This record gives sequence, structure tokens and C-alpha cells, in this order.
Amino acid sequence: MLTIRIIPCLDVKNGRVVKGINFIDLKDAGDPLEQAKFYDKSGADELCFLDITASNEGREILFDVVSKTAENCFMPLTVGGGVRNIEDIRKLLLSGADKVSINTAAVDNPLFVKQAAEKFGSQCIVVAVDPKKVSANRYEIFTHGGRNPTGIEAIQWAKQMASYGAGEILLTSMDRDGTNDGYDINLTRAVSDSVPVPVVASGGVGGPSHMLEGILEGHASAVLAASIFHFGKYTISEVKEYLRDAGVPVRL
Amino acid sequence: MQVVIIDFGSGNLKSLYTSLERAKKDLNNINIIVSNNSIDIKNSDKVILPGVGTYSDCKKGLESITGLIETLEEVVIGKRRPFLGICVGMQLMSTFGLENSKTQGLGWIPGKVVPIDPSSKVATGLTKPKIPHMGWNEVNLNSSHDIFNGISKNSYFYFVHSFHFICDLKDNILATVDYHQSLVSVVGKENMLGTQFHPEKSQLLGLKFLSNFLKWNP
Repeated sequence: MLTIRIIPCLDVKNGRVVKGINFIDLKDAGDPLEQAKFYDKSGADELCFLDITASNEGREILFDVVSKTAENCFMPLTVGGGVRNIEDIRKLLLSGADKVSINTAAVDNPLFVKQAAEKFGSQCIVVAVDPKKVSANRYEIFTHGGRNPTGIEAIQWAKQMASYGAGEILLTSMDRDGTNDGYDINLTRAVSDSVPVPVVASGGVGGPSHMLEGILEGHASAVLAASIFHFGKYTISEVKEYLRDAGVPVRL
Repeated sequence: MQVVIIDFGSGNLKSLYTSLERAKKDLNNINIIVSNNSIDIKNSDKVILPGVGTYSDCKKGLESITGLIETLEEVVIGKRRPFLGICVGMQLMSTFGLENSKTQGLGWIPGKVVPIDPSSKVATGLTKPKIPHMGWNEVNLNSSHDIFNGISKNSYFYFVHSFHFICDLKDNILATVDYHQSLVSVVGKENMLGTQFHPEKSQLLGLKFLSNFLKWNP
């Protein structure tokens, strides 16, 4: 049976991890490779790097980080943040990323997603969708970490992105991100049930029960989390055991 | 021994290369190369054909390199050297594929490559059927082929695909995987093997599988 994927996400800035594990005795907690190896050993199903570097010089370092990680971790690696054009995608894939996540560039030019999927295949094109609730039944897409409104309705947008060839939707609730209150379940389910491709739930996880909700009620195919792993609140295997005991297929 | 990864412009050859480098660690005198040069291929003892994207694009990629298909046929069919196709590289072993348009395959293992049917009845998992079939899934071994040495029944491997291989001959199906329907996950015939999953992305078991391929003497 296909298992639900548990995906830890690391924030990387100028080639250094700024949000990652900081509870165990890593020689250098800022080294993305050490963090990746730790998660590889812990049984993570995929790994996600979110590059939050602003400068171009800093971005060049990212390719090196991705490359070193891919040489040492034989698991799928998704890289997102600042992906603007076909050349960015090509460089990330050549460095060893398996999937590339596109966010603002898709909003600026939706056809970019189509071009990217045609060029590299849907299997490696993820579209990051960051909605905020704007009224009782309406979610809209925001960019730049939830600061910039676009007026685009989230569910239609996710459907459009899937029809343009996105192989996966990484759905982060801007209302829940960083709250530890759990995923926005209504949003997750609305998107999951509307698109034919897998949806990764993100934003707001405080514990394994939130992940269970995301899967059972939100219909997510994968659950992404950052802080609960980084601070050692839960390990990957604790989360997986919890989900298994609740009847969710996981890889243990 | 020299092992060649065929470079026809498809996919992430780097992760395959590095995982083979890791998989050969306990084996002696294995040289892994990435090439599409016919002399390199003819001088290799084993051949690996990766492939991501669509069937038709990958076939076009193979055809775009003059003499590549002929060289592969000479080495794999003529000289019967061990061959491994991965993902679309495995699908290309079929007679034809229906992705985008009907495309002739290499025709080495009779069968066709068709879309996964999202409406089929044998639903598994908690989510609604999603295409692509993406993630870690249990591989059901149908055979005791050497390639599975040290890999227990129902081990997990990483998949990402929207099309699947329907084999004409049951004997060519070495393993399956359940995703709304039973799908072929490993094909084999004489000196040839193909996997729908990505061993290079399947952590320790994937490395074990690749190491078995490096050791394999059909």
C-alpha cells in the first residue's frame, strides 16, 4: 500500500540552515548536509529545502548544498524558494534536486509552470500554494511569505496549476504557518479533493495528531513539518508510530 | 568491470551515479561511467538506462543520438550483457507506449505502457486516487531472482509515475505494486531487468538493489 509521506523541511539561508534541528549534538547544526543525513537515518520519506536567501551570491551556494546533500542522501529532495526561470530549475536538478518547488514565479506567469512541466516532466514540478482565508468560504493566494495579496482564489489556482502540469501541490496555510495549531483542514481538504495530483499539507503542525487530521480529514498525501522535528519535540519515528497505530499506512 | 549509465539528456543522472558509487563500495574493480558514446557502451560490461519525463520524449532522446539504439541492441540483445532500465528507462523496454501519442519502444519485453487508471476499483490507501503514483510503496516480489537477494518481501521503494507497463507475458513480471490496481514494478527477461521504482532514491534498500545488479551474473 502506498504510504503517507512524512517530510521535514529545512530553511536554508546563504547555504546555512537557519531553521533546522537544534536539539541534538550535531557538530555543526548550520550544516545542511549534517541535518539531511540525520533525517535520512531517522526514516524521513523525503526532504525539503526552502531557500530563503535574498542575494544572488547566496543562491550560488545553494547549488553546492543541494549537490553535497544529493551525494550523501539517497532519498527524494525537493528544493524551493526563489525559483524564477527554467535555468534555475535546470541548475537545481543538475545539482541533484529531484523536485523543484515554484511559488511567486507561477503567480507572476502561470505559463511558466506549463513550460517547466513540458521541459522537465510533471514528476519534478511542485507548485507551492500559500493561501490565506479572506472571508468565510474564500481563500486567496499570497506571495512573499503571506505579505503580498494577489486576489487569486486558491482552489481554482491549485486546479489550474495541476492542469498546467504541476505534479504535486505544496499547500501552506498562511494563517496557520508557525502557530502549532494544526493544518487548516477545510482548506487542505478543499484543495486535495479538487486536484488529481498529490497534495502536501503544510503550515501549523504542533504534533502528530495534527498530521493525522491532515491525512484523514484533509485528505493530504503527505505531511510536511518543520519546528516539531527541529526542536526535538517529536522524532520522525514517533510520528510514524502514532500514525500507524491510528491505521495510517506509513513506512517504518 | 565497467558499468555505463546511458546519457540521453533525461533525468538526474547524478543521483544515479552517486548511488552506484555508494552501492559498489564493497565490491572490487567496478568503474561507473556516464556516456552515450558507442565505443564506451560497447566496452561496458553492464548497461543502465535511466529516464524521467514522458515515454515519447525519452524515446526521442534515444533517437536523437546517432547509432545509440543500434549500439544498445548490439550490446544488450546481441551480446546479452546485463541491462537495467529505471522508470521510463524500464518502460522503454516495452513494445509501445501511449503517453502523448503512440510511440514504439525498444520492443525487448512484449507489452505496452498505458496510463494508471484513477477510477479502478481496487482502491487502497486513505486518499482519493492521485496521479502520479508518488511515494514509498510495498513491492510484492513474484520471484526469487538474484536481484532481490537480501531484500525481504514487501519492502518499500520510492515510486513516481503516471503510466505503467502491462506485460504480455506473466513470466516477465518479477514484482508488482498495489496502487488502486496491481501494477508491474519489476520486469525481467534473461539478461534484462527493469524497475518502475527509483532504486537510487530508495535509501538503503535501493542501494542493496543496485549492489545486487552490480553483482548479478545472468
